[in-house]
Amino acid sequence: MKHHLVLRVVTKLMIPFILIFGLYVQFHGDFGPGGGFQAGVIIAAAFILYALVFGLEEARKVVPDGALRILVPAGVLIFAGTGVATLLMGGKFLDYDVLRPSDTGGQHLGIWLVEFGVGTTVAAVMIAIFFTYAARPHQIDDEDW
Amino acid sequence: MIAALEPHLAILQVVVPLISAPLCSMLRRGDLAWMMAMVVSWLAFAMSIALLAQVMATGDISYHVGNWAPPWGIEYRIDAVNAFVLLIVSGIGAVVLPYAKKSVEREIKPSRRAHFYTAYLLCLAGLLGVTATGDAFNVFVFLEISSLSTYTLVALGADADRRALPAAYNYLVMGTVGATFFVIGLGLMYMVTGTLNMADLAARLPELGANRTVDAAFAFIVVGLGLKLAMFPMHVWLPNAYTYAPSVVTAFLAATATKVAVYVLLRFVFTVFGTGFEFAALTLTWVLIPLALAAMFVATIAAIYQVNVKRLLAFSSVAQLGYMVLGIGMLSTTGLTATILHLFNHALMKGALFLAIGAVAYRVGSTNIEAMRGLGKRMPWTMAAFSAGGLSLIGVPTTVGFISKWYLVMAAIENGWWPIAVLIVASSLLAIFYVWKVIEAAYFREADDETAIQEAPMSMLVPLWLLVLANFYFGIDAELTTSVATTAAKAFLGGGG
Repeated sequence: MKHHLVLRVVTKLMIPFILIFGLYVQFHGDFGPGGGFQAGVIIAAAFILYALVFGLEEARKVVPDGALRILVPAGVLIFAGTGVATLLMGGKFLDYDVLRPSDTGGQHLGIWLVEFGVGTTVAAVMIAIFFTYAARPHQIDDEDW
Repeated sequence: MIAALEPHLAILQVVVPLISAPLCSMLRRGDLAWMMAMVVSWLAFAMSIALLAQVMATGDISYHVGNWAPPWGIEYRIDAVNAFVLLIVSGIGAVVLPYAKKSVEREIKPSRRAHFYTAYLLCLAGLLGVTATGDAFNVFVFLEISSLSTYTLVALGADADRRALPAAYNYLVMGTVGATFFVIGLGLMYMVTGTLNMADLAARLPELGANRTVDAAFAFIVVGLGLKLAMFPMHVWLPNAYTYAPSVVTAFLAATATKVAVYVLLRFVFTVFGTGFEFAALTLTWVLIPLALAAMFVATIAAIYQVNVKRLLAFSSVAQLGYMVLGIGMLSTTGLTATILHLFNHALMKGALFLAIGAVAYRVGSTNIEAMRGLGKRMPWTMAAFSAGGLSLIGVPTTVGFISKWYLVMAAIENGWWPIAVLIVASSLLAIFYVWKVIEAAYFREADDETAIQEAPMSMLVPLWLLVLANFYFGIDAELTTSVATTAAKAFLGGGG
C-alpha cells in the first residue's frame, strides 16, 4: 500500500479517534449502550485497519504475538478474578456489593472490572484471529485456479 | 479456609477449572500444563464428592450467583441427579489425566500440548457448568463452552491423522446446528413465560395449558439436544470425531460429553416441561422409542462391519445411547432408573475400552483390527482390560453392563412391552459379534512380523485397570448406583424435582 498516500494519511488520522471511541464505549458502558464486547471489537478494528494499510509485519511490531498470548487469557482472568475476589471478601461469586461499602459503589466497581476483562479478551481475540488468517501463506495462486 | 469455601462449592466446582484454563494457556510448556490440568481434575473430583455428600446429608443446594435471588439471577442448583453426573464427569477426568501424559506426548506436537490441556480444562468446565446450573440459558452458554473446546480437542488429532480436521469440522457444523435449535427452543420458552430459571419455568409452563409455542419449543430442544447427544439418526458426526480424535480425548468424550447431553435432555423433558405435558409424552413414546430401537440395531450392525476399533466402539456408543433414550421413552421410574444407571455404567465401560485402545495406539501406532493380531501375548494386561470392558459392554452378569440392561428389560416388561424386551436382549447379543472380532484378532491370530511390542507403560495401565475394576465393583455391588438412580428417577417423575 506504499503508493496509497491518501489512505495512509487518513488511516493515521482515524486510528486515535477509533481508539478514543472504543474507550468511550468501554467505560461509558455502565451508563449507556455499550460495554466490553463492543468496545473490544472497536479497539481491535483500529489495529486491524493499521494492519490492512501498513502490512502485517508493521502491525505485529505494535502488538507482538507474545502480548496477544498473554492478553487473551488475561481478560478472562480479570473477569473470573473479580468473582473470586468477591467470594474471598465474604460474598457470593460475583456479588459486587462487597467490593465497596456504599450502596451502588460496589456494583459500579464490579461491573467496571468485569467489562474491562471482557474488552481485553475480545480485542485480543479479534486481533489474534485476524493475524492468524492474514499470516496464512497462499496455498493456490490466482493463476492456478 | 476450606470450611469458609464450603457454601461456595456449587460454583467453585465450575469456576476452578474455568479459571485454570486461561492460566494453563499461559504456561507454554506441555508438562507444566499437564501438571496443572491433573491437579485441577483431582480437585474437581474431590469437590464433586463433597457436593454429593452435602446433597445426601442436607438436600438440594441452591446457590445464587452475584447474590441475585432466582428467578432474576442465575441459580446453581444441585440435587441428587446432577451431583451424580458431576461425579461421573469429574471422576472420568481425574482417571484419564494421569493416562494423558504419555498418550499426548506421543500423539500431539510439543508446541500444541499446552493448548491441548487448556482446551481440556475448558471442556471440563463447560460440562460441569451444564450439569450444575439451574438456569436454562446458562446451560446453553456452558454447552457451547464445552462444545467449542471439544471441536478443538478433536481437531488436535490432526498431528497423528489429518482426517481429524474434516471430522472436527463436520462435528462443528452439526454441533452448531444443535446449539442453534436448542437456543431457539429456549427463546420460544422465554417468549411465553418471560423466565429462564428452570424451576420457575417448570412452575409457569403448566399454567399456560395447551400452547403451540411451547410445543414448538419442546420440539426444537429435543432435536437440538438430540444432535448433541448423537441420537440416531443425528449421530453422523460421532463416528469420525471419535475415530480421529486423540486417544485421551475419545475416552474422555465418550464417557462424559454425550452423557451430559442425555442429562440435559432428562432435565428439560422431566423437570422443565414436566410429565403432565402431553405433547412430550406422545413424542417420547412414538418418536424416541422407534429411533432408540433403530439405533440399537443399525449402529450395532454398522459396528460389526468396522475395521478400525475406535470406529467400531464409536458406533457401539451410538447403540448404547439408544438404550439410554429407550429408557427415557418408557416414561416409568424403572425406565428412567435404567437410563441414569446406564449413564454411569456406560461411562465406565466406554472409558475403559477407549483407554485400552489408546494404549494399543501408543505401542502399535494403529487402531485397525489387523494391527491387533497377536496382541493378546504381547500386551496381555491391555488386552485383558479390553476383554473385560467388552464383556461389560455385552452385559455379562457381574459387570455394570448387566445391571443397566437388567433394569431396562424390567422396565420394558413392566410396561408390558414384551417385543421391546426381546429386542434389547437381541441387540445385546449382536454386541458379542463386534467385541469378539477384536478378541479373536488379539488372541487367536498370530502377528505377521516379529517386532517386539512391549506392554503399555504403568501410567496408562493403572487408570485403565481402575476403570475395569470399577466395572466389576459396581457390577457386583450395585447398591450405591441403583439407589442414587432410583432416587433421581423418582424426583424426575414426581414433578418439579
